[in-house]
Amino acid sequence: MSEPILHVEGVEKVFGSLKALGPVTVSLQPGERLGVIGPNGSGKTTLINCLTGTLTPTSGEVWFLGRKVTNLAPHQRARMGLARSFQIPKPFTGMTVLENLLVPLDHLHDVADPHGRAMEVLASVGLAGRAQHEAGGLTQLELRKLELARALVGRPKVLIADEAMAGLSDREIDDVLTILERLNESGVAVIMIEHIMHAVMRFSHRIICLETGKLIADGLPETVANDPLVQKVYFGEQARH
Amino acid sequence: MTPDTSLMPAVAPASRARSRATGLRNIAFALGAIAVMAGGYALTQTVENPYVFFAAYIIIQYVALSTGWNVLGGYAGYINFGATAFYGAGAYTGAVLLKAFDASVFLCLPAAAAVGAVLGLLMGYMTLRVQGVYFAIATIALVVMAHTLVLNLEYLGGASGMALMAPEAPSWSGGQIQFMFLVMLGVAILSVVVARWIEISWVGRGFRALRASEDAAECAGVPTFKLKLSACAISGAILAMTGAPLVFYASFIEPETVFGLALALNAIAMPLIGGKKSWPGPIIGAILLGSVQQAATITISSELNILLVGVVLIGFVAVAPDGILGLLDRKGARK
Repeated sequence: MSEPILHVEGVEKVFGSLKALGPVTVSLQPGERLGVIGPNGSGKTTLINCLTGTLTPTSGEVWFLGRKVTNLAPHQRARMGLARSFQIPKPFTGMTVLENLLVPLDHLHDVADPHGRAMEVLASVGLAGRAQHEAGGLTQLELRKLELARALVGRPKVLIADEAMAGLSDREIDDVLTILERLNESGVAVIMIEHIMHAVMRFSHRIICLETGKLIADGLPETVANDPLVQKVYFGEQARH
Repeated sequence: MTPDTSLMPAVAPASRARSRATGLRNIAFALGAIAVMAGGYALTQTVENPYVFFAAYIIIQYVALSTGWNVLGGYAGYINFGATAFYGAGAYTGAVLLKAFDASVFLCLPAAAAVGAVLGLLMGYMTLRVQGVYFAIATIALVVMAHTLVLNLEYLGGASGMALMAPEAPSWSGGQIQFMFLVMLGVAILSVVVARWIEISWVGRGFRALRASEDAAECAGVPTFKLKLSACAISGAILAMTGAPLVFYASFIEPETVFGLALALNAIAMPLIGGKKSWPGPIIGAILLGSVQQAATITISSELNILLVGVVLIGFVAVAPDGILGLLDRKGARK
């Protein structure tokens, strides 16, 4: 097994008297597609926030590209190549779609032609025609694509897609999945947090399942999906809805 | 070979055309700024009535004030109710330098800017974790602190203020008030130059990004804390520099005026009325509101000014939240 690109070692996050996460130990291999599932409130977003640096873990360590990043600010990790999209799209309103992509490029040093790069990424997600539009005026699908495009434009090594498909139709889900698959084929490791099971199952090489902050399963998609404990806490809950 | 290099030939002409257009706009802007300064000088040589310059000084001071406020409040989205804390700090910096060293106004300007920048950094640092309305409240506290400090410092004249004589104006300017008018015009132009540079550069893009979503900006690699501090420092420097010539203009300084509500309210109202998104907005707002207030002061009463600002402000917040420029934009989009 090669050196993991992203590694979380015994990470715990406590809010007051509530333990939201951990201890969790999990690794991501270069180029891997990792699905993260678990019921609402199981600690998925807390885990993501500890990875990106939005939250500092109460204890434990986060390693990225062989470097300990536990105490690095989110923007420093982002510049190293750790990108994320948000569950609720957070476009930079008050500027155009193109400018949204220039923001991350402004803070990277090795970009020869930012405009060209931004347009290239917009074209790859199908937003080239919207380049000069106000970011606030996009449709839900376009916002999701913008969210991904902005995460991709800086050529990240890891992309964390936080419920990038929530609320989309089946055809739109296919659209987003295709973007993520293409991206992964170019060598980017992807962590997909998702409630839409058929999408996670189709996309992931490996799936982990969280429940009340603990890792309860880690393995091949079929193995995890058939795990009795996972079925009880997750599918059982979904079936009741 | 990366895909970028293969795209280069197709992209290069487009980017060259873009940079040529930017270059032309920069030249036009520079010529405009020089023309305004030259026009101001021409006025001092032709217009006899000194009241014109007294009134124009105030209006141009509003342009600088509103432009300085807009760097933090408009571009970065941090509403600062404490503009007068910076303005006052600058005004008292000028007064102290004049009193102690008989300093020239040209020394007071950079000194006040430095004081304002440091004060801005302190404010930014202390309020770094609070956003929205909490930030606004913290900035009000800053005014109260500065006001209280000045009231209790005997050297600064306390509550009764102090009268100081400015050194004689250079003979080419045509007189003290004409000279101060030109100084303020220079300050205003400098502020607009700085604001415009921010707006069209990566700095402004970073400010807009953090105004839209600080989380998303940070996760996109934007050092949001550093940018916020820069916005506070630049805005603070401009606001303080605007205050620096006050004592040279009025020969008198007192805490009630420089830390007063009227000024703080105006600093917020003018960019709101003109439009916060781009540099012409605060200028338009300042000239409109400043002129109306000057007219009202002569014809009605100076006490009615604040009422006037309040009413106009409520009207704009309700009807045109993006100011006059926002209204024009909407009209243009509908066509």
